[in-house]
Amino acid sequence: MTGFLDQIFVQAKEHILAPFAGAPVWLEQVISSLINIVALLAVFLSLFALVSVLERKILARIQNRLGPNRVGPFGLLQPAADGIKMLIKEDIVPTRADKAVHFLAPILIATTAILGLGIIPYGRNMTPFAIDGGILFFFAIGSTTELSVFMAGWGSNNKFSMLGAMRAIAQMVSYELPLIITVLPVVMVVGSLLPDTIVAAQGGYSLGFIPHWFVLTPWGAAGFMLFFVAALVESNRTPFDVPEGESEIVAGHMTEYSGFKYAIFFLGEYLGMFAVSGLAVTLFLGGWHAPLPFLGFVPSWLWFFAKLGTMIFVFIWVRGTLPRTRVDQVMNFAWKFMLPMAFACILAAAVWHYAGRRFVSWLLSLGVVLVAYFALSRFLGARKKFAPRSYRFAE
Amino acid sequence: MNGAAFIFIAIFTLAAALAAATLGKLIHAALSFAAAFVGVAAFYFLLGAEFVGLVQIFVYVGAVAVLIVFTILLTRRDLEKDHGFNWSGVFIALAVFAGLLWAILKSSNLSSAAQPLASLTVKQIGDALMTDYVWPLQCIGVILTAALIGALVLVMEERR
Amino acid sequence: MTPTLQLFLIISAALFCIGLLAALSRRHAIFILIGIEMMLAAAGLNFIAFWRFGPQPAPPTGVLITIFAIAIAAAEAAVGLALVIAVYRRFRTTNIDEIDELRG
Repeated sequence: MTGFLDQIFVQAKEHILAPFAGAPVWLEQVISSLINIVALLAVFLSLFALVSVLERKILARIQNRLGPNRVGPFGLLQPAADGIKMLIKEDIVPTRADKAVHFLAPILIATTAILGLGIIPYGRNMTPFAIDGGILFFFAIGSTTELSVFMAGWGSNNKFSMLGAMRAIAQMVSYELPLIITVLPVVMVVGSLLPDTIVAAQGGYSLGFIPHWFVLTPWGAAGFMLFFVAALVESNRTPFDVPEGESEIVAGHMTEYSGFKYAIFFLGEYLGMFAVSGLAVTLFLGGWHAPLPFLGFVPSWLWFFAKLGTMIFVFIWVRGTLPRTRVDQVMNFAWKFMLPMAFACILAAAVWHYAGRRFVSWLLSLGVVLVAYFALSRFLGARKKFAPRSYRFAE
Repeated sequence: MNGAAFIFIAIFTLAAALAAATLGKLIHAALSFAAAFVGVAAFYFLLGAEFVGLVQIFVYVGAVAVLIVFTILLTRRDLEKDHGFNWSGVFIALAVFAGLLWAILKSSNLSSAAQPLASLTVKQIGDALMTDYVWPLQCIGVILTAALIGALVLVMEERR
Repeated sequence: MTPTLQLFLIISAALFCIGLLAALSRRHAIFILIGIEMMLAAAGLNFIAFWRFGPQPAPPTGVLITIFAIAIAAAEAAVGLALVIAVYRRFRTTNIDEIDELRG
């Protein structure tokens, strides 16, 4: 029974493919890929709709108010109303905008976000496209987002858009390095770039109940936190949403987009968030493995989406809690703290591996991470000397 | 290897490259340059070298194209003027192409079909990089560091 | 129609000549850099085509040379663009016909 529920989608796909058994190989491959793509789009577009309303409700609760609650039970049909609104809005393009570039930018952003979703293992035997260099594929696709953001800013022929796009690109390029270098220890320890292998390497349980997830090792925990912060920046979410800060730069590179194109930008941002959360779950949180051995009867894809949902909830929680950072603070943090800390994670992973992956190696690795962290904090924090505050009151 | 895919990718790449070489507006040329490199990466996938294709997209579209676009924006005064086209360059390029075409068509043994590909995994590339090619790898590291420092030194404003 | 090695070589020769066209006939410094990058990519395509059509199973030499060539092309693009910016600061133009003075 548990095996059946676990592989239910794989069985459904094989059932759909059964009538085509005699077809040539390329036709079968094309149909199999099409089924994967349709399933992926269906799942993630509905997840996008759900998360867009959930985010507003969670943010509202954090801010001590109710969220949208008019449309449908508890406001859950709000995405339908939003979708209809976006579709019937007039599409305004500035007269002197670069028409082709202005049109292509949101399409490219959404496309690259969806492409990144294709290599993540969603359950046992449930990876849509298993590419040998899967992790590299994800980052290669993610790095083309910068060009699309530039196209959005440039095509609008608007100084605010250009400025917002420049800030967004500077931020994204700076945090791409810590994002990728944090993934290096995982790839190093596993020895493969294939996401399925990385999930399989986190499979066992030591002492009968401690899973082998990488987040439970010192370098994995530090790496996971760095990856999480870099993922926040790459998706332009608060506290790093300088490119879209409403009070500062209107809507940054998305200023001149109205109606459906703005919805596509929104879609691209959320799907990017899902993709990078999915990758974090795969790399650090053990993919579709259950946390305790006796919980293995729950289907694997349910575990994956539970972990994904938790990460998205933390994304939304951070958005509701932290204020926006200043753009020079953002860049400072990336180059002076996160990059050296990421290198320290690589060192800690190597120490953990070569000391035999036992409890002793866990302590040594923890030592490396803590030494690096305190050295960086001491070195970076010592520069700021502020004058004693003086207050002047109106007399 | 699929003939239809080959023709499609070839037309896309050459059209994008031609657009990058001849378009008047600089930003359009830079964006078609990025599209041409996506086409070349598609060729690498077709030839079975997926790792190089991904590295190509990563480096060229993700880094070099963004650099070019930033430089275009930082040297912006001449953006609207078209600096002019030197037609003698076209003749030289055509002559070089004719010469290369003659050399390719003259050589024998180039028309055979490909043997079935023994798959090249990332692990094999990694092993080769760390055993046979470790010195070129270290040299590349030194070159990249030197280029990074050199580019920064060139662009830093002089402190008065 | 399975593509043969000749077809790949012709395509990469065409790409090389388009890069040469961009490098020789445009007057803007950045176009020249774009042309140079295209020429390097065409050479890389040549390497991979010869690796693929050679005897299989082949050692990954062609693939590794192309990876190194891509890395060097990126380094050279960075330095070249830094030069363009530095020259622009001095001459206030990127038209290479007008950059014709040595200092001093």
